[in-house]
Amino acid sequence: MSSLFSDYQIWTALWATVKLTLISAVGSLIVGTIVATLRLSPVGVLRFVGTSYVNIFRNTPLTLIILSCSFVLYIQLGISLADSADPKFADVNGFRLAAVGMTVYHATYVCEALRSGFNTIPIGQAEAARSIGLTFSQTMREIILPQAFRGAVVPLGNTLIALTKNTTVAVTISVYELSGVLKTVTERDPGLLNLAFMVVGAFFILLTLPMGVGLGWLGKRVAVKR
Amino acid sequence: MTDQAPPAGETNVASGEALVRMAGVNKHFGDLHVLRDIDLEVAKGEVVVVLGPSGSGKSTLCRTINRLETYESGTITIDGQPLPEEGAELAKLRADVGMVFQSFNLFAHKTILQNVTLGPIKARKIGKAEAEQRAMDLLKRVGVQEQAEKYPAQLSGGQQQRVAIARSLAMRPKVMLFDEPTSALDPEMINEVLDVMAGLAKDGMTMIVVTHEMGFARRAADRVVFMADGQILEQQAPEEFFANPRSDRAKDFLSKILTH
Repeated sequence: MSSLFSDYQIWTALWATVKLTLISAVGSLIVGTIVATLRLSPVGVLRFVGTSYVNIFRNTPLTLIILSCSFVLYIQLGISLADSADPKFADVNGFRLAAVGMTVYHATYVCEALRSGFNTIPIGQAEAARSIGLTFSQTMREIILPQAFRGAVVPLGNTLIALTKNTTVAVTISVYELSGVLKTVTERDPGLLNLAFMVVGAFFILLTLPMGVGLGWLGKRVAVKR
Repeated sequence: MTDQAPPAGETNVASGEALVRMAGVNKHFGDLHVLRDIDLEVAKGEVVVVLGPSGSGKSTLCRTINRLETYESGTITIDGQPLPEEGAELAKLRADVGMVFQSFNLFAHKTILQNVTLGPIKARKIGKAEAEQRAMDLLKRVGVQEQAEKYPAQLSGGQQQRVAIARSLAMRPKVMLFDEPTSALDPEMINEVLDVMAGLAKDGMTMIVVTHEMGFARRAADRVVFMADGQILEQQAPEEFFANPRSDRAKDFLSKILTH
C-alpha cells in the first residue's frame, strides 16, 4: 500500500483529476450556455451554428476529441497552451489541451440539459418578459436562463458525474490523472494492479457520490414553484 | 384609488385622438384566416371591450397589437409610430404597451416586488430604490402590498392577476391590453380584478379588453367591438350593443350568454 502511494504520486494524480474536472465543468457550463442560447436565437444562422456544434461534437467519441487536441491542435497546427520555456511544458500543455477537449465535448451535454430545462418553462414567461419591453438578451438573462438552470440541476448533475469519470480519457495524451496511475502501474508493477484499481475506483466513488446526492438535494431546493 | 394621478405614460397624440390604429390587418394560422381586414382605432383614454365567441380571433387581435403575434398584411400604429419588425425598437415600443394575460405569467422565480420592478429597472433604466418605491405604491393601489416579498405560487389567482396589472402599470404604459384577464380565475376572485380594471378605466387609461365579462363591458366600456370568424362585425356603445345588436352573429352570441 505504501509503495502504491509513495511511488506513484497518487495524491498528485487525484489532484489532477479534481482540477481537470473543475476546469472542464466550469468551461463546459459557459460554452454550453452560449450554445443553448444560440439554439434559441431568433436568428436562423445562429440557431444553425448552435445545432451544428451539438451534432458534431456530441457524436464524436471523446477519445477522438482529446487525441485531436494533442495531435491536430498542438502537433499539426502548433497551437500550444503553455509557456515553452516552462520545464513542465509537456505536462502543462497536455493538461490544458485535455481541458479544452473535455470542455468542447461536455458543453454539448450541458446545452442539451439546459434545453430540457427550457422545456419546463411555460411560453407565457417569455411573452410576459417581452411585453414589458425586455430585449432578447435581457429575457434570456433575467427570465429564461435562471429558470432553465433551476429546472436542469439534475440533468446537469448527471453531466458533471459523467464528466468526472470521463477525465480518465486524458491519459491518452499522457496527462497524469488517476487513470495515469493505472497505466503506469500496469507497465511497471503488475503485482499492485488489483490494489491500484480498487483505490482509483474508490476515489471516483468518493468524488461522484456526493455530487449525485448534493445536486439531487439542490435540484429540489431551487425548483421553481408554479 | 381615485386620489392618485392617472398612471398612463405621456403620449404624442392628444386626448381623444387615435392612440392605436389598425388598418387592413390580416393574419393566418396555416389555412385558418384568423384576422380578416381588421380596421380598428382606439382613442386616447378610451376603453374598448372586444367580445365574441371563442375562436373569433379576439385574443389574436389583442396579441397582434404588441406583436406577440406577427401579421401578414396591413399596418398597426401606436401613438403615431408604426409597429417595428423586431429587435430593440420593438422592445422599446412594447415597454409602452402594457399587457395582462389570461394565465397571469408572473415571473415564477422572482418575488412579487421583483416582478414589478424588473421592467422599470431593465427596460426604463430607473434606479432600484425609485423602482421599488413606485412598485410598492402600485402594489398598494391593487391591494397586494402585504405580499411583496412572496413568490407568485404563494398567491391566489386574483392576487397574481392584480400583481400582473401592477407590473404593467409600473412601465407607465400608453395603452393597456387585457387578454381574457379573468378567464382563469375562480368566480369569487373575478370581481377583485375587475374592480382594479374599472378603477384604471375611470382614471383615464386607454384600454383594450378581451373578455367574457358582460357586466364589465356594460359598466366600464366606452365601446364594444364584436368579432366573429376573424372579422369585426360591429362596434357600438355598450348599452346600444346589448339592447340592439345589429348582426345575426351578435344576436345569436348574446342570446346564448345572456339567458342565464
